[in-house]
Amino acid sequence: MNVMFVLASAVAVLATVMVVTRTNVIHALLYFIVSLMAVALIFYLLGAPFVAALEIIIYAGAIMVLFVFAVMMLNPKVDQDRRGSEWARPAAWAGPAVLTFILGVELLFAVYWYGSGPAGVTEVSARQVGMSLYGPYLLGAEMVSMILLAGLVTAYHLGRQPRMINREGGSD
Amino acid sequence: MLTIPLEYGFLVAGILFLIGVLGLLVRRNLLFVLLSLEIMFNAVGLAFVVAGASWQQPDGQVMFLFILAMAAAEVAIGLALALQLYKITRSLDVDSASQMRG
Repeated sequence: MNVMFVLASAVAVLATVMVVTRTNVIHALLYFIVSLMAVALIFYLLGAPFVAALEIIIYAGAIMVLFVFAVMMLNPKVDQDRRGSEWARPAAWAGPAVLTFILGVELLFAVYWYGSGPAGVTEVSARQVGMSLYGPYLLGAEMVSMILLAGLVTAYHLGRQPRMINREGGSD
Repeated sequence: MLTIPLEYGFLVAGILFLIGVLGLLVRRNLLFVLLSLEIMFNAVGLAFVVAGASWQQPDGQVMFLFILAMAAAEVAIGLALALQLYKITRSLDVDSASQMRG
C-alpha cells in the first residue's frame, strides 16, 4: 500500500518536472496527462474513486483537449514533413509510455490484489459526495455553476472574430 | 484508518505545487504558464482530497469538484486570451504583452 503510494507519487513528481522543462508544448501535455493519471491513482489508493474518475475524465480528457485545440490553432509555421518525422521519434513518446506502463501495472495490481477497493482504507463513495454536494454545499454548487457560465461567456467573447468596423458603411 | 500518513500526501502536494510555482516563474511561453497554473490547481486538489480521506469525510472531494470546475473555467478564458495575444503580437511570449495599449 505504502509502496504503491510512493511509486505513484514518484511518477507524478517526475512527470510534472518533465512538464515544466519541455520545450515542445505537445510533449509537455503528454507528460502532464501522465502526471494527472498518477494523481488519479493516488486518489484511488486514498479511497476516493469518484474524484479519481473525474480527474481522468475532466482533467485529462476535457481540459487537455482544450490545450490541444489551442496548440492546433496557434502553431502555424512548422514544416509538415519535418514535424511528422520528429514526432514519430521514440524519444518523444518513450518517457510518457514508460511512466504510463508503470502506472498501468500498478493499477492492475491494485485492482486484482485489493478487489473493489484498497484494503484498510474506508472508501468515501460517490453517493456520499453527491449527498454532501447537493446538501450542505448546495450554495457552493450554484456558485460554481455561475463561474462556469461566466467562463463560457468570457471565452466566447474573447474567442470570436472581431467585427469588421467601417467596412460596409460603418453600420456594423 | 488511513494507511498513508497525512504528512506524506501533503508532502507530495507541496512538491507538485512548488514545481508549478517554479514553472510559472521561469517559463515565458503563455501555454506553459497556463500549464503551471493547472499543476498548482491539481496540487491543491490533491491536498484537499488527502485531508478529506484522512477524516473519511466527503468534504475534501466536494472541494476538489469546485477546484475542478474553476480550473476548467480558468483554462478556457486563459486559452482564449492566448489566442488574442497571438493574434495581436504574433508571439506567445508573455513579456510581449508588457505594453498594454488597448
